Amino acid sequence: MKTYVCIVCGYVYSEADGDPEHGIAAGTAWSDVPESWACPDCGVAKADFEMQEI
Amino acid sequence: MNAGVLIVGSGMAGVSLARELRKLDANIGITLISADAGGFYSKPNLSNALAAGKSVEQLMMTQRDALAAQLKMQIHSDVQVTAIDAQSATVATSIGDFEYQHLVLALGARPIRLSLAGDGAEDVLSVNHLDHYAEFRRALGGKSDGKKRVAILGAGLIGCEFANDLRHGGFEVEVFDLAPQALGRLLPTHAAAFFQQRMENAGVKFHFNTGIAHVEKSAHHYRLTDNHGASHNADIVLSAIGLIPETALAKASGLPVNRGIVVNGHLQVNAGKDQAPIYALGDCTEVGGLNLPFILPIMAQARAMAKTLAGTLTELHYAAMPIVVKTPACPTVVCPPPQGSNGVWQEEVGADGVRAFFVGADAKPLGFALLGSATTERQALAAQMPAWL
Repeated sequence: MKTYVCIVCGYVYSEADGDPEHGIAAGTAWSDVPESWACPDCGVAKADFEMQEI
Repeated sequence: MNAGVLIVGSGMAGVSLARELRKLDANIGITLISADAGGFYSKPNLSNALAAGKSVEQLMMTQRDALAAQLKMQIHSDVQVTAIDAQSATVATSIGDFEYQHLVLALGARPIRLSLAGDGAEDVLSVNHLDHYAEFRRALGGKSDGKKRVAILGAGLIGCEFANDLRHGGFEVEVFDLAPQALGRLLPTHAAAFFQQRMENAGVKFHFNTGIAHVEKSAHHYRLTDNHGASHNADIVLSAIGLIPETALAKASGLPVNRGIVVNGHLQVNAGKDQAPIYALGDCTEVGGLNLPFILPIMAQARAMAKTLAGTLTELHYAAMPIVVKTPACPTVVCPPPQGSNGVWQEEVGADGVRAFFVGADAKPLGFALLGSATTERQALAAQMPAWL
């Protein structure tokens, strides 16, 4: 399970946790998050996230 | 020195443009001039850093050299730009002249300062920069006998975000505003009352219809006098009454300036025909009569401008862009109606949240405000709102 970080505000999307409040179930792979999904903290598009090195 | 694309300003606007442009063109020369240390940090994170447990050092997301390497660009830090000569396509700076093929002004905005009387007026802090935030954190961390009291001037977005964050950090917070409600430019009255209640439950004290006129130093704190003659004590005073676009350089260089630097739909300053193009984006910019100092407009501008700079002339379009107010005590999202819209607010107030719609003549919603539990509807509703530009 990978994590992705919003380059604008630093919000972290974790595949393990998903974003259930916005309809993304826990365990959803990043590639399955729809393009219409936006950062819950700052609202920028999925394209403005980068994979986080662990 | 010929810089290719020369970007002045290393805030969200300047760096986002560089990032978007680099995605489209691996080879184009990019030079960035910064008045500060030239690294990348996200300004919206300053007003919730206490709750996020972030130190000033942790807020800096990418240091200058790493940013320069990542985006294959040159960064000149701690450099002041003193003049733009559009005729010769040259920018004069504190370290010499730079020629450009494309000049991008990403100069940002400055906090509006009230003209306050009293010997404490100069100590009033405002935060629109990481260095100023560092100063603010030092003030918060200084020695004190008990809980520090922070007075915030302005109950707008920034004032309310800081108020919530400071409560989270255990500080006493009082917020003053001449307006009769919080978030006066964003929220209708019932939504504002709901917001105020939630913030008060979290321990924030509001003083509405109240402006601070006078700040006096006393032995260990500041004494603030309001327009009703009442006085209030505080250990730190933070001014958060709004931003004004940074336009002095553009104005002095003969570029068109209204509220912001005026650009056309391609984000270009209309200059002489044979001159190298000058662009502007971010908080310093006015496009289609709009100056919108928020994240989403900056990202839309950066993407459109990057395409133009990479060779495909691209018109800027704005979808409706909801503004998130980062107040965990009362989650709030506002999508204002397009500028100049006629209509009325219709508000549904529930126990856990508020849904409010700004409704035009034909009963069509043009904007909305969502508070509390209603904020989950943001994305679905934003897609239904009319475009702004």
